[in-house]
Amino acid sequence: MRVLLVDDEVDLASALAERLDLRGIKADWVTTAHAALDKAEAVDYDLAILDVKMPKIGGLELRQRLHERHPRMKFIFVTGYGSEMDFNKVKCQEGETCYMVKPVDIEDLLKRMKDLLGQSGGDQ
Amino acid sequence: MPVRKLIPGFWNVPEPLAETSRYLFNYRRIWKWSVLLTSVVALVPLIFITLVDYKMTEQAFESEFRSTTARVVANTQRAIGFFLIERRAALDFIVRDNPPEDLSDPIRLAFILDALQKSFGGGFVDLGVIGSSGEQEAYVGEFELYDKDYHEQPWFQQVVDRGVYVSDIFLGFRQVPHLVIAVKQSMSNGAFQILRASVGIGPFEDLLANLELGGLGDAFIINRGGILQTNSRYHGQVLDPLDLPIPEFSSATKLVDAVNPEGEKLLIGYRFIQDTPFILMIVKKKQDLMRSWHRTRLGLILFLVISVTLILGVILGTATYMVNNMYVADEKRLVSLHHVEYANKMASIGRMAASVAHEINNPLAIIGEKAGLIKDLFTFKKTYSADEKLIGLVDAISASVKRAGRITKRLLTFARNLEATVEEINVGEVVYEVFSFIEKQAQVREVQIKIEVSPQAATIQSDRGKLQQIFLNIVNNACAAVPNGGHINVQVFPSAGAGGVTVRISDDGCGIPKEDLNRIFEPFFSTKTGQGGTGLGLSITYSLVHEIGGQIAVSSEVGVGTTFEIQLPMTMPPRKGQNDARAAG
Repeated sequence: MRVLLVDDEVDLASALAERLDLRGIKADWVTTAHAALDKAEAVDYDLAILDVKMPKIGGLELRQRLHERHPRMKFIFVTGYGSEMDFNKVKCQEGETCYMVKPVDIEDLLKRMKDLLGQSGGDQ
Repeated sequence: MPVRKLIPGFWNVPEPLAETSRYLFNYRRIWKWSVLLTSVVALVPLIFITLVDYKMTEQAFESEFRSTTARVVANTQRAIGFFLIERRAALDFIVRDNPPEDLSDPIRLAFILDALQKSFGGGFVDLGVIGSSGEQEAYVGEFELYDKDYHEQPWFQQVVDRGVYVSDIFLGFRQVPHLVIAVKQSMSNGAFQILRASVGIGPFEDLLANLELGGLGDAFIINRGGILQTNSRYHGQVLDPLDLPIPEFSSATKLVDAVNPEGEKLLIGYRFIQDTPFILMIVKKKQDLMRSWHRTRLGLILFLVISVTLILGVILGTATYMVNNMYVADEKRLVSLHHVEYANKMASIGRMAASVAHEINNPLAIIGEKAGLIKDLFTFKKTYSADEKLIGLVDAISASVKRAGRITKRLLTFARNLEATVEEINVGEVVYEVFSFIEKQAQVREVQIKIEVSPQAATIQSDRGKLQQIFLNIVNNACAAVPNGGHINVQVFPSAGAGGVTVRISDDGCGIPKEDLNRIFEPFFSTKTGQGGTGLGLSITYSLVHEIGGQIAVSSEVGVGTTFEIQLPMTMPPRKGQNDARAAG
């Protein structure tokens, strides 16, 4: 499983990536959408964890662009701005997108990742 | 009490204290001034006009009576005067037409008397001829008045001096009221002859009796000494002295006011009849003259009283209605202002809470991830995995981060719920959420909170934010009411009958007195005035419950506690605006 982490907070992204690594999940992290798009061209990721609010290109737009180029890619949104999302939808949607509110518990995150990928694995 | 129902709502509103609104919101003052000014403007002209009309009508009535009386006096005087002049002229003609020796002849005299009686009708009773010596020379008539000597009598002297004489009325030798008219005829030798006739007062009395006098009018003749010369209806018989003052001499008809011995006001019209000792008098009682005026006056007074009553009634009614409407409108505006203010306050609190939560979430996430990483490093790399103290410290950090995260999530939920949205709601969940806000406070005061949620309670379609505010307001009140160590019990269960969910929140606090119980949902009703209470909490709760289509009821006993019961419907009623839009579409 290859995971791409996008968050403008370096400390958060690096720490989370390292924690995922420790759990045997290969995670790359970048701090901007442009870097993320470049990175996605180079590596075939199964899943992207995106911050919603980022300078220049936000998480939602980034998801749109990534999805166009990599239709199989799954997404988890992580945001501190919970109220702008519909909380009733804090569950995986369409089998490919998930919303979570910061601070995120690592175990919850892992569970969501497994749910998303397991589901798609089952489809194939 | 029925009287209390008549008192409008604004009447007992205390005077506002603020300088600016002293006049603006002083409804009693506005009412008093509008009633006073309108009454003055409406009534003063009415009363003035009515008084003027009263005076003018009274004067018109009085002058009408006076002129009528004067006219009757003048006409009657003319008739009586003419009667006497006519008879005197007849006698004058007779003495001039007949030589003295003819007049002294009783046969001739009898012929003349007969001619007079036939041509003049009533009046002449007898005729006598008196010579210069005062001795009667001839006499014809019913009475045996021969050889009388008159030269001692005053009337004889008057005829001698003036040539003519009209006597007062007297009984004379005959004991019948009559008067005497005498004329003198001088002869060339200096001697003279007097023709004297007795005239009965029958014609006078007929004339006076036939006068048409309004009401209790009385017409009679007196002489200048105040002796009645004819019978009077109210003032005595002929030759009685009159019980009224003798009027002053005047050559024209005069009207005077007088008072009779009984104290009644009289209007007296009189006229001195020329060349006679007679005064014609017509006396009328004012009371009777003014009887028709009194009827008119009663009508005027009734008109005034009814008009004033009607005008005052309308003014009072209109002023009360309008001022009360003003008061109700002001109250409504004030309540909605407070609602708006409350909503604005909640909205800004919400916005601030949201932005604080957002800003804190990110650093919190970093702390969380870093702490998680530290723990991961300890456990995965096995370096410090045995060091329980370090692991414990990291766990404590993670636990605090989780706790802080729960708080920010709750704040975000709260802020988000200020916008009205309808969603599927588990009422029990909302109750737990609300109690989490006061958890800490309850712990400090050792208030025991027991929440029972029936598994049968269904989820409902409602507005989460409004439900939160409703429960929060009631729970805050309960918290304030219970003493330290008190109890608050909450039950959530399906409503009996119509479906929906009922939430019962009871406490064992101080309770609400019976007289306050049906006022606690009124706006601005507060027992905590001066302690920061606006008196709006429960009023807003009440309107919120109604907005989501629910019902709220309260029961309480002083010293035992208070129970609020809120019935929530399965679905929210459509809002007015939506209804209208639908109807328009």
